[in-house]
Amino acid sequence: MIHSLFLVNPSGDIFLEKHWKSVVSRSVCDYFLEAREKALDPEDVPPVISTPHHYLISIYRDKLFFLSVIQTEVPPLFVIEFLHRVAEMIQDYFGECSETVIKDNVVMVYELLEEMLDNGFPLATESNVLKEMIRPPTILRSVVNTLTGSSNVGDKLPTGQLSTIPWRRAGVKYTNNEAYFDVVEEIDAILDRTGTTVFAEIQGVVEACVKLSGMPDLTLSFMNPRLLDDVSFHPCVRYKRWESERVLSFIPPDGNFTLMTYHVNAQNLVAIPVYVKHSINFFESGSGGRLDLTVGPKQTMGKTVEGVLVTVHMPKTVLSVSLNATQGSYTYDNATKVLVWDIGKLNPQKLPNLRGSLSLQTGAPKPEENPSLNIDLKIQQLAISGLKVNRLDMFGEKYKPFKGVKYITKAGKFQVRM
Amino acid sequence: MTDSKYFTTTKKGEIFELKAELNSDKKEKKKEAVKKVIASMTVGKDVSALFPDVVNCMQTDNLELKKLVYLYLMNYAKSQPDMAIMAVNTFVKDCEDPNPLIRALAVRTMGCIRVDKITEYLCEPLRKCLKDEDPYVRKTAAVCVAKLHDINAQLVEDQGFLDTLKDLISDSNPMVVANAVAALSEIAESHPNSNLLDLNPQSINKLLTALNECTEWGQIFILDCLANYAPRDDRESQSICERVTPRLSHANSAVVLSAVKVLMKFMEMLPKDLDYYGTLLKKLAPPLVTLLSAEPELQYVALRNINLIVQKRPEILKHEMKVFFVKYNDPIYVKLEKLDIMIRLASQANIAQVLAELKEYATEVDVDFVRKAVRAIGRCAIKVEQSAERCVSTLLDLIQTKVNYVVQEAIVVIKDIFRKYPNKYESVIATLCENLDSLDEPEARAAMIWIVGEYAERIDNADELLESFLEGFHDESTQVQLQLLTAIVKLFLKKPTETQELVQQVLSLATQDSDNPDLRDRGYIYWRLLSTDPVAAKEVVLAEKPLISEETDLIEPTLLEELICHIGTLASVYHKPPSAFVEGSRGVMHKRLPARTGSGESTESPDVGTIAGGSGTETAPSIIPSQGDLLGDLLNLDLAPPTTTGPPPPTSGMQMGGMDLLGGGLDSLMGDESEPLGGDIGGSAAMGAGFGAVPAVMPASLNAPMGGGLGDLFDLGGGVGMPLGAYIPPKTVWLPAMKAKGLEISGTFARRAGVIQMELTLTNKAMSVMTDFAIQFNRNSFGLAPAGPLQVLSPLSPNQTIEVSLPLSTVGPVMKMEPLNNLQVAVKNNIDVFYFSCQYPISMLFVEDGKMERQVFLATWKDIPNENESQFQIKDCHLNSDAASNKLQASNIFTIAKRTVEGQDMLYMSIKLSNGIWVLAELRVQTGNPNYTISVKCRAPEVSQCVFQCCEAVLKN
Repeated sequence: MIHSLFLVNPSGDIFLEKHWKSVVSRSVCDYFLEAREKALDPEDVPPVISTPHHYLISIYRDKLFFLSVIQTEVPPLFVIEFLHRVAEMIQDYFGECSETVIKDNVVMVYELLEEMLDNGFPLATESNVLKEMIRPPTILRSVVNTLTGSSNVGDKLPTGQLSTIPWRRAGVKYTNNEAYFDVVEEIDAILDRTGTTVFAEIQGVVEACVKLSGMPDLTLSFMNPRLLDDVSFHPCVRYKRWESERVLSFIPPDGNFTLMTYHVNAQNLVAIPVYVKHSINFFESGSGGRLDLTVGPKQTMGKTVEGVLVTVHMPKTVLSVSLNATQGSYTYDNATKVLVWDIGKLNPQKLPNLRGSLSLQTGAPKPEENPSLNIDLKIQQLAISGLKVNRLDMFGEKYKPFKGVKYITKAGKFQVRM
Repeated sequence: MTDSKYFTTTKKGEIFELKAELNSDKKEKKKEAVKKVIASMTVGKDVSALFPDVVNCMQTDNLELKKLVYLYLMNYAKSQPDMAIMAVNTFVKDCEDPNPLIRALAVRTMGCIRVDKITEYLCEPLRKCLKDEDPYVRKTAAVCVAKLHDINAQLVEDQGFLDTLKDLISDSNPMVVANAVAALSEIAESHPNSNLLDLNPQSINKLLTALNECTEWGQIFILDCLANYAPRDDRESQSICERVTPRLSHANSAVVLSAVKVLMKFMEMLPKDLDYYGTLLKKLAPPLVTLLSAEPELQYVALRNINLIVQKRPEILKHEMKVFFVKYNDPIYVKLEKLDIMIRLASQANIAQVLAELKEYATEVDVDFVRKAVRAIGRCAIKVEQSAERCVSTLLDLIQTKVNYVVQEAIVVIKDIFRKYPNKYESVIATLCENLDSLDEPEARAAMIWIVGEYAERIDNADELLESFLEGFHDESTQVQLQLLTAIVKLFLKKPTETQELVQQVLSLATQDSDNPDLRDRGYIYWRLLSTDPVAAKEVVLAEKPLISEETDLIEPTLLEELICHIGTLASVYHKPPSAFVEGSRGVMHKRLPARTGSGESTESPDVGTIAGGSGTETAPSIIPSQGDLLGDLLNLDLAPPTTTGPPPPTSGMQMGGMDLLGGGLDSLMGDESEPLGGDIGGSAAMGAGFGAVPAVMPASLNAPMGGGLGDLFDLGGGVGMPLGAYIPPKTVWLPAMKAKGLEISGTFARRAGVIQMELTLTNKAMSVMTDFAIQFNRNSFGLAPAGPLQVLSPLSPNQTIEVSLPLSTVGPVMKMEPLNNLQVAVKNNIDVFYFSCQYPISMLFVEDGKMERQVFLATWKDIPNENESQFQIKDCHLNSDAASNKLQASNIFTIAKRTVEGQDMLYMSIKLSNGIWVLAELRVQTGNPNYTISVKCRAPEVSQCVFQCCEAVLKN
């Protein structure tokens, strides 16, 4: 099972270590740091590294490496999932996951890690349970604690720990009972030079924020559940009901959680909301080239496309750009060779355009590789797959909750080849 | 108010100040001080000096303070075992606390204090906690058993905790069940043969019930445990599958993959015509696709597993090609894996799409990725015949880009396409020749030379082209040199009139100016062939080549089956059986897929039978030694009159015809096996297989340092000052080329001047150069381990053979093997990792100072109980007792005394093994009787058999 955890910052310093079995010398991280040196990008460090006596499994999240050490055969996915859980827990407790925040709360992080694993076996990873054991810091509480000498550590056994619904604590009370669901869809797509879709799929997720008293039993149904043939659920969802009736029936955890993720990959169901007209030419002489980009709306179901951001990874030899944008602003980072064009809202009447010249390093030949273009965008009040929530019913409690559903579509890995 | 304040230090010295604060009367100050200590600990500072002061804070009602002290204790108890005892009382007291949280905390922490003395105190509280009324305590105690087992396995067994743990599998609380399963699995890993997880239909049913109710992590443990169960028939198999399927929709990817493992394994038992079988196949695809939209690290592990699944059951994902398309911002490790799977899924139906993608990738920035993409195009051409033409034209387009590494990769794969589809695409040769000058990598150069030689008759200026390479002959790598030699000989055979000069030039370069024995040998063979019988030469060199196989780098079926059983584990990420590399798994526990039972139905499809048959026959990686010995003996006989050790220096010009260069065997060999020797060395894996068909005879008869006459010559050169005539068994083939992608390893063990040597002969029978050799041993009975790295300094070219001597130490990790002298070895090269096992003669472990004092001998002999004595017969040995004694002495079997009773010589001998075990023996030799009797006595009776075998081998050689 998981033996140790090291947190490593981008410059390679280990700033926290936790051992769940015997202490493993931090020199074991040298193998990792070596691999880190070799990789061009921190994201390219291989997640599983073998060393003579240990295996190192790491994730890269929020510019930090979470590096775990294992000694015996352990499912790597189990380790990786757990590491993501650690990152989420830190985010959840302290509002962000960064070196500073962890250092500022080092003892609490350490206590939390101790609660999460025992001898490398997961003990309590549900945010609800953890928060009962160790209360998250608030300014008020720390003031009170200093005055009264009481502590952040709960001395009662968390109620959720052993019930068959470990994700929910008992005795939840709210004055305003509310349940919000966000249907968030991300479009992953690759478009080729001519604008034809090479590949497209939708990654959807239903995020919930449920603040309901007692033990509510919810049922969420969709207008068109047939869309969903590839789903994964939060453990609270009753799979049998889904299989037979295509409704989500569950006792929700308290607070924020991911109810369900789904995946739509039938090509004809995936609408591509924007198109890009692009041309990039380099002169045969090799001294420079021209770039011309236009972005326009395509299948938007009548909604406005906002937050459009175009990122172009230029060939290595492009030294500088001199462009003119009809809308928004652009920046070019010579170190990373990344051109970013922040367009904002897309106006169908007046399409934004970016054109101008590129200059290459003197003497450099005409670049061989093709640049690639990534697009970011957002469409409010639309789930591009067409998924719609039908209704939400609550059983088990008497009060009337306030309910809300929000839709949003974003670009995930949306790539256009040039 | 942040914790960073804990890191600020003052001039006076941190430890000093903390000490004062820890001993303060104020609770709050104490707590702050402990927090400071913990903060220092988390960043790796040594604060162990504060041990007594921190432990003093342990007796407190404040739970947070208590937990903090516990955290400290767990980290430092091991370095201060005596002090740690101070904490025991508090623990024992806490285990009786009315609050279950405190009880659980105490038992949990106690298990983490890895000090022997503490474990004794732990037993009683642990026993109580395992039966605690509160499930939270029971579940914590279950894990504690695993902890304790890790520290002191014997204690756990003696105290009967394992049985209690087994009982917990039937606990009413699913969380307790899950933890008990997890703990048992971990313990079982260190006891591969123990039947800890005794799975039967009842316990399986309990596990399946708990599966629905426990946490996501518990589900992983339960699923992994289920995967080890062997259902009785297809009906049970189906019902388990049905209950596991819902897990495929779990948000936790580890749960999903573990469920996939169970389904993949149990599916094997379902009849293929069953409706449910098809349903199940369909259900497997979506969750696998979903895994690919997760974080890149998860994707990587998923892709490695999908790679296995696709090889085992391509039908599952055959329609999902597009999800494997590479995205620009995928990390490189994801890109490379996706590419691999794309090729595996390529078929006639989707080849157009795949090729368009691959072409796109070939213009990306990352060089490694681009290279692999170009190679992939070649693999598609070979795999999908209908696409070959399109692939070739795509490759030509890429060659036009003139990007150096793209061109070189393209030429290497085009060579393979030529081999697969002869006489089809030769029109492109002209284009290839244009790029001759830009090739600077050996593999590409060799490929180009092969093409020129193979199609010499169609290339007008083939002689000029080859001549241009010849100028820098000595600077080329061996691979290129060999290829050039072959190509020019081919050219000569095709156009004899114009190229006589060229062929003479290359032959003399190869035979006279080269230090490389392979090159020289090949040169001589051609030379002789050409001078004696040009017609035969033509038949040999221009022989029809075997076609190369369609699919390269497929995982070997038995390994694949085993890996399918290990989906989701490290083994599946590395594509190696767990026994080969995971330190923790002591001993080999090969898992295999269950065979289909068919349960009495006669409509079994024919391939079902083959699957069942395939998994039934044991294809153990070890080589049967007896067979090897036989081969060795044969060779010894052959070599009895020592022939010349190497080829004689060439006499004038081409007059070598009459001289019997390589002994009589060669001619017949060439006659029989003309094909593999013939010409083409730049071919394929099939080539290696062709060579493999002549097992070891070729290399062995050329330069075999065997036990026989010739061998001794080499041995003398190898080890100066070795005891005269120490017995060295003949080399046997440990790893045939068929099993190791063309690498053949044969070897033996020797003890020279007190150093154990593993003597290996590595032969490259594949088409590509092998480099980066390394060797590793599994734990073994006597702790044999390499004392240094495997010294293969220069790359091993195709058909090259080298001798390596690897010194061994006996200080490696120990594990008892069956048989005792079994050694499992992993050899790595740039191509892959290969495994084999061999048996070493135990005489290698007999140390030089094994001569016992007579008195000690007598006393020891009496001391060892009689039941430890075993008697053996050595038959047909015609030595007198003195000769026998000398012979044995050379192998460190020392005669201490000799007695003659009634014409019977009794030799008393002692042996000391490298691990300090003494073996005493009595050898009875009756004059005139060729049968000896030997009695062996040892405190470890299991070595007796091995010792006897050694004595016999020594005496008979």
